[in-house]
Amino acid sequence: MLDIEDIQLSFGGVKALSGVTVNAETGMITSVIGPNGAGKTSLFNVISGFYRPQKGRVTLAGEDISSLKPHQRAYRGMARTFQNIALFHGMTVADNIKLGAHTHLKSGILSAGLRLPSTRNEEANLDKEADEIIDLLELDKVRNDQVEDLAYGLQKRVEMARALIMRPKILLLDEPVAGMNREEKSEMSRFVLRVKNDLNTTVLLIEHDMSMVMGISDAIVVLSFGQPIASGTPDEVRNNPDVIKAYLGSVDETTQNAA
Amino acid sequence: MSPLQLFIEYSIVGIAAGGIYALIALGIIVIFKASHTFNFAMGEMMMLSAYFFYAASVTFALGPALGLIVAMIGSIIVALIIERVAIRPMLGRPFIAVVMVTFGIGSILRGIVGMVWGPNEVQIPSILSRSPIFLGDIFVPGKTARGFAIAVILVVALIAYLRFSRAGVALRAAAESATTAYSMGINVRNVVAFAWVIAAITGCISGVLMANINTLTPHLGLVALNVLSVVILGGLSSISGVLVAGLIIGWLEAITGLYLPTEFREITPYVLVLIVLLVRPTGLFGAKEVERI
Repeated sequence: MLDIEDIQLSFGGVKALSGVTVNAETGMITSVIGPNGAGKTSLFNVISGFYRPQKGRVTLAGEDISSLKPHQRAYRGMARTFQNIALFHGMTVADNIKLGAHTHLKSGILSAGLRLPSTRNEEANLDKEADEIIDLLELDKVRNDQVEDLAYGLQKRVEMARALIMRPKILLLDEPVAGMNREEKSEMSRFVLRVKNDLNTTVLLIEHDMSMVMGISDAIVVLSFGQPIASGTPDEVRNNPDVIKAYLGSVDETTQNAA
Repeated sequence: MSPLQLFIEYSIVGIAAGGIYALIALGIIVIFKASHTFNFAMGEMMMLSAYFFYAASVTFALGPALGLIVAMIGSIIVALIIERVAIRPMLGRPFIAVVMVTFGIGSILRGIVGMVWGPNEVQIPSILSRSPIFLGDIFVPGKTARGFAIAVILVVALIAYLRFSRAGVALRAAAESATTAYSMGINVRNVVAFAWVIAAITGCISGVLMANINTLTPHLGLVALNVLSVVILGGLSSISGVLVAGLIIGWLEAITGLYLPTEFREITPYVLVLIVLLVRPTGLFGAKEVERI
């Protein structure tokens, strides 16, 4: 569904990414992991269009989107959540979610202002879509609450719901469990799996929480210092010595430092 | 005339002036929301619009109605040029740098108007009837009352439009976070340009109203400095707050003028702003800016 090929990105002389290739297969959960500073967020920004890589291509459903701006990529079916929660304050959960579909409404500004029948029809459909997503992510109890009153984990889920209402081809999740406790993490994992299974949405997950990634991913790419060092199924990656080294540091080094 | 009647009369005149303040403030706030830019050229934009109106209706003898339309189109074009040439390249620069650019634009506009039309006042055709309105025994100057009515109708209409239209939704999204808005498929650059168009419209109407009630000189834009207190009092992020804040400031100025020497008129709004900010740092209606680290 989403193919990222041979990305090279540098800021001045600093290479942030080099030779990064990730293929997110349709209907699968693909994860990019790596220690802090491995280039995960840079890669995320390349995919969503905020950074222009010096080299490489991003293809969505067969279409080369490398030169498109972020909002154009959103139109093509790319939705994302943020590491820091970016919800609209002063609005209810349901309104926040519906806002996500904003750009997918066909009726223009004028007809929306005039409340033409076609617009009302569209809005009824939107309400239905929102209800479905709200049910799926079990947000019905809080649908009329103000977003800022919700617990952190719930806010994250609202953000995911907002991304999903666009019915994206690909859902990008930027560290969805950062700052969560164990309970919230397992809950989030459950919902990401549900999105994959019930909506058949392709998911690209960027995360450094190993347990979550190992638990739900179909495929994993490991980055370290901007370079891919391993890829494969969770089991393959788990047992890869390079990965263990990148995450835990080399055993020799540790003992030397201790001595 | 009884003191009470005098008080009421001054109050009405003040509140009426406040309606136009609210209209100007709305233009400032819309731009602030869209791009976190404080537009100090707002006053000059309205002054220029009033001269456009003068040129179209008098110099080219198009009459007031057509003149207003031409002035509006001219104002929108100027606003879009300012946005494209001077503001957009500054996006992402420090706030103060962009503010200085808007200051510069203000001076340039004032200078150009001075060169073209000269420093003296010009007479523009009256679009407001002068005949006074009597509320019982209370006398309300006709121009002030009608100017107020037009300003408030426009402010309310714009607030409703920004609240319920998709353009308004896009504006709120961009205000919350440009990154989020982009990721939701909103073209933030267009939103910013749209905000400048809204500011041009409010500037044009308020400029022509102001020039009708007072006189038109290149210094008409200085009134926007009074509006600064409206914007801050209402809370920079609150679109609907400007209406209330505008009326409060307008009223306060008039009442000060009634009981204290005229010099105090300039001061009291800011004293009020200072007090309000000490109690509520985000203004009366502003939302708290919360950053999660």
